[in-house]
Amino acid sequence: MTGMRMFAAVAAVATVALSAGTGLAAGKIVISNWDGYMPADMAERFKAATGIDMEVSLHATNEEIMGKVVAGGGKGYDVLFVSSPFAEALHQLGLAAAIDHAQIPNLANLYPEANELEYDPGNTFQVPYAWGTTGLCYRSDLVEGTPDSWASLLSPPDALKGKITMLATDRWLMAAGMLNRGYSVNETDQAKIDEVKADLIAAKKSLLAYDDTTFYSKLVSGEAVLVHAWDGWCNYGIAENDKIKYVIPKEGTDLWVDTMVIPEASENKAEAHAFINFVLGQETGQWVAENIMYKVPNKAAMDGLDAGYLASFPNIAIPPADLLKGEQLRDLGAAQKAYTKAVSEITASQ
Amino acid sequence: MPDASRWLRAHLWLVYAFLYLPILVLMGLSFNRGGMPTAWTGFSTAWYGKLIASPQIVSSAVNTLIVAAVSTAIATALGTLLALGVERRRQSNALDALLFAPMIIPDIVLAISLLSFYTLLGFSLGLHSIILSHVVFNIAFVCAIVRTRLKHFDYSVVEASIDLGASEFTTFRRVTLPMIWPGVLAGAMLAFTLSVDEFIIAFFTAGPGESSTTLPMRIYAMIRFGVTPEINAMATIVMLFSFTLVLASQRIGKGVVTGS
Amino acid sequence: MLRGVRDFRRAGRGSNMTPRLRSWLLMLPGIGWLTVFMIVPCLIVFFYSFFERGVYGGIDYIFGFQNFERAGEPVYRTIFLLSARIALEATVIAVLLAYPAAYAISRAPKERQTRYLLLVMLPFWSNYLIRTYAWIVLLNRAGLINRGLAGMGVIDEPLPILYNEFAVVTGLVYNYLPFVILAIYASIQRMDPALREASEDLGASGWTTFRRVTLPMTLPGVAAGAVFVFVLSIGNFITPDLLGGGRLQMVGNLIYDQFLSARDWPFGAALSLILILIMTLLLFAQAMAVNRARGEGRRADA
Repeated sequence: MTGMRMFAAVAAVATVALSAGTGLAAGKIVISNWDGYMPADMAERFKAATGIDMEVSLHATNEEIMGKVVAGGGKGYDVLFVSSPFAEALHQLGLAAAIDHAQIPNLANLYPEANELEYDPGNTFQVPYAWGTTGLCYRSDLVEGTPDSWASLLSPPDALKGKITMLATDRWLMAAGMLNRGYSVNETDQAKIDEVKADLIAAKKSLLAYDDTTFYSKLVSGEAVLVHAWDGWCNYGIAENDKIKYVIPKEGTDLWVDTMVIPEASENKAEAHAFINFVLGQETGQWVAENIMYKVPNKAAMDGLDAGYLASFPNIAIPPADLLKGEQLRDLGAAQKAYTKAVSEITASQ
Repeated sequence: MPDASRWLRAHLWLVYAFLYLPILVLMGLSFNRGGMPTAWTGFSTAWYGKLIASPQIVSSAVNTLIVAAVSTAIATALGTLLALGVERRRQSNALDALLFAPMIIPDIVLAISLLSFYTLLGFSLGLHSIILSHVVFNIAFVCAIVRTRLKHFDYSVVEASIDLGASEFTTFRRVTLPMIWPGVLAGAMLAFTLSVDEFIIAFFTAGPGESSTTLPMRIYAMIRFGVTPEINAMATIVMLFSFTLVLASQRIGKGVVTGS
Repeated sequence: MLRGVRDFRRAGRGSNMTPRLRSWLLMLPGIGWLTVFMIVPCLIVFFYSFFERGVYGGIDYIFGFQNFERAGEPVYRTIFLLSARIALEATVIAVLLAYPAAYAISRAPKERQTRYLLLVMLPFWSNYLIRTYAWIVLLNRAGLINRGLAGMGVIDEPLPILYNEFAVVTGLVYNYLPFVILAIYASIQRMDPALREASEDLGASGWTTFRRVTLPMTLPGVAAGAVFVFVLSIGNFITPDLLGGGRLQMVGNLIYDQFLSARDWPFGAALSLILILIMTLLLFAQAMAVNRARGEGRRADA
């Protein structure tokens, strides 16, 4: 009976699928990272250098991988790439393993400032991978003058209304409002949160949209002329249209850091350390800076960058001393609920 | 009624136009030479070439189809049986609530609950855990559709078959199933569609690593650079491949029903 | 009625199974699966709704109903109501579009019907996210629709059809239309065409036949389709995020944010419980309304 044969075929396929999904060979690590955030041939080069296999799982946002690790304990993963407030939260929840500096000699490649980051002095539970600022990215040919303040984003001139986007992620959305008022980006006082919330609700009226991922293409197409952006992302726009410029508002910015964390549940911690050591090598760091146009805290890598490249993408040349002037995002503890609620009220306002 | 027929058919074609408009955009952009969706810079099939050469994308597409096919098969079987069992009884609010629940529960809740549950049991994660999870909501949809087909079902035919000596199974295969077949088919198509496109539950219940990455998971992660023609090409290929798969299984399915 | 006077020991009967036993056996695998893979896991999470979020996102086991009290705050009520309104709009439009389409398919020659159905489903085997981005390309200020309308001289200024409620409803209708078509088709099919012919033979106009015979009998399919759209729309978080430009907050986004951004599982679980409760009540109300409508329809042609 043909139906039976089809069923048998399906069952056979299912068995293959089942066996393919379970179990990893020893000497193999699983990384979870954003797409395109590491060299494409990383796996081959890592294997050539250390003999260890690696597989990459992708996550689209910090929040998703955090949800998965908190619910699943991080089992099966060996290195996670998450932003600093989330690394801090993983540490507080007991889900991050201690970093053994003895296994990572390339830590010496880091800038001294990168070893003294506020959220983890001495890099005990994470290792920085990339860092940068958040500011304004705009079309210099479509915007008069230079927008130099967060107020340009929140209370723009009429000509710009309807052509502005802001970042959608709660921490950065609120940070813009906080910095505009001179508050800390880690502010937990409810009264101040409410003030910033009111500002942002008013600012919503001039916005085109909240956008975390395609704001630079909106700039390139002219749909938007001034966007709230991370500096590396702005470079993608600059690469397409050299009239696009990046500026850090005078009130200041935050210093965001993307980090590598080893889950406590990892069963291949030695190999995970080997991976982090490999990433901190001069070559990988330089690839990151050149290909995804982000700054890395890797002194050896940054020193190797071409001067012309730095001239085209000035924000890559920002020295660490200046970066450290930005406030670092910390996990907010109990105040996180208040931020999420404030953002809900902002997005729900009509 | 010729007039009504003409209007109906015109309406159907308008609906098709509406349904295919974004698909044409999507397929068109997959041939765009440049990477941005905002400007057409020339025709090129380079992106398709790049796709075929990328093993991870191909494997995630295959994973998606495996998950969809298996979970649809299981859910259609269980959902149909469930519908048959429920419709013979007196209406029960508790049962109805249970059967609607998978549709109502927000998928993030289901995703996190299932992951927590699997972790508690020490259950290994992989493609199989995605399949088990997808069956949950698929059962509800299949059951709901088959139930509508059973609402005015003439059970006397089934009774007659049994009275005349046919076993339960033969009766099911030769009498009941052909009568409810369009409902079962519709339910299966719905389940397949839901599974092929499902991201949240798949992301949370998948095992770590590439071997249990599905296409929606991959696409969601790739979106950070915007929708490149490569992604559009991928969507086009999966669509056409699913269509071929379903067409083929439909031909086979017809064999089951008519007994050929 | 056969059921009342059946003699189970009559020779030659193919099965001695009682209807109750058969019904339970049929339901067992499905209910078993749902119990193990839905009820139990969800109970674990809903259990958390009575506790507090820990400082860094874990659980503090302090029992209380504060999460349910918080859920009553104005912002959350606004979000629930907005979601319900948008979902309702999408449902009504989708049903109005789907019914004639499903009807048209059911009147096509039998061999072609499956093909028409497959063509309806085909676009939805691409990818939800990509289709949504395709809509952004269509709807934005310099997008294909605006450019087309401007080219035809219909408009001077581009229409604001993206990053607002219009775009969200369009996206929802688009993505769930095929489900409604399938549901309605499944129930139109099982209707006996002889009934329609009889009605016409007895002198009823096409419209009256439709209104008093066809429509009531296909109501279960319409109801099922409407439920699909409404339920799937309310929980949707991608469409309001992308097509709404993040400017609209619906219940799906809200619950997603609680679990992932706020890492506040207890509150997320509480919100979900309330949502499920409200939806269940709505579904029961809908089922009663459908039954009553079908009852009237049957009485009318008796």
